[in-house]
Amino acid sequence: MKNTIKIIGAALALTLSSAAFSAETYQIDKKGMHASIQFKIKHLGYSWLTGRFNDFDGTIVYDEKSPTASSVNVTIKTASVDSNHAERDKHLRDEDFLNVSKYPTASFKSTKIVSKGEGKASITGDLTLNGVSKAVTIETTEIGAGSDPWGGFRRGFEGTTEIALKDFNINFNLGPASEKVFLVLNVEGIRQ
Amino acid sequence: MSQFKPSQKILHWTSGLTIIGLFALGYWMRTLDYYSSWYQTAPEIHKAIGVILIAVIALRIILKAVYPAPAPLATHKPWEIKSAHLVHLSMYVLILVIMTSGYLIGTADNRGIDVFGLFEAPALFIAFEEQEDIAGFIHEWCAYLLMGLVAIHAGGALKHHFIDKDNTLKRML
Repeated sequence: MKNTIKIIGAALALTLSSAAFSAETYQIDKKGMHASIQFKIKHLGYSWLTGRFNDFDGTIVYDEKSPTASSVNVTIKTASVDSNHAERDKHLRDEDFLNVSKYPTASFKSTKIVSKGEGKASITGDLTLNGVSKAVTIETTEIGAGSDPWGGFRRGFEGTTEIALKDFNINFNLGPASEKVFLVLNVEGIRQ
Repeated sequence: MSQFKPSQKILHWTSGLTIIGLFALGYWMRTLDYYSSWYQTAPEIHKAIGVILIAVIALRIILKAVYPAPAPLATHKPWEIKSAHLVHLSMYVLILVIMTSGYLIGTADNRGIDVFGLFEAPALFIAFEEQEDIAGFIHEWCAYLLMGLVAIHAGGALKHHFIDKDNTLKRML
């Protein structure tokens, strides 16, 4: 009897530890910068204006066995906005757009992940931008995963979403063709 | 009475009115709607006139060193002379700071400033982090400060003209 309890206990411990181990934490490779947060918005409806945020960080908790138990956390320094034009960047940082002195960080915290198979998933979470938090869904694709040549293990994703500027209290009138911003996120995480 | 030289009068009034005009233009252009036809041209004009003003102010400072302003009127009180000098010096310093910071906003990202299609003022080699934001902050607040001093300067001239009824203003006309 005692032995049976021991065996069950050992099995239980093993299950729990393996369950705990199936969730892996990945840190975004900020140091080597194998990650980017890019945006694009239409200029007058005639072309795409692209830019990016240069300073951000985050973690991904990835559970291969039950992807829905995974989570994503990203914070962005809004002052790092870069559209390759200093005077426009200055304008993007002021009260008309990102209001960076009042809201220096933007963040995304996942709340729900729905796996769609073949490495695809919909990640819903709270995006906080310009002091406004709103649920957005990022469509993600796992690009790949594996050992790197330097002794680490990496996993990378691509994600896209679109947001309406008005939803985040950004009301500067750029015209009817420029009310939505499309975000493209490329993230490579290093397993911790 | 000791008049200012014609060259000093011309430089005083042209640079003075240009500076007030640039302040008004700079304030107005930042309130423009994206679809205003002035949205792109107003800043271009502001920057081009600003670059030309740098040359005018440089000339003014050189001429000031060669031909100093006439001595204060005998009726001027010591506190009036002192405060007038302090305001003049502060205005010169602020103008130099505003022109430098304006230049640094316009040339951030290593872009030159186009001056009415005539030539391009090049970016300087002193680029630094967050250049357009730091320079922008300094440019804006020094401009407000300068306009305060301009009001004191003009108020002083009007006080001498209408209250003291002396020739302080007339000798610059």
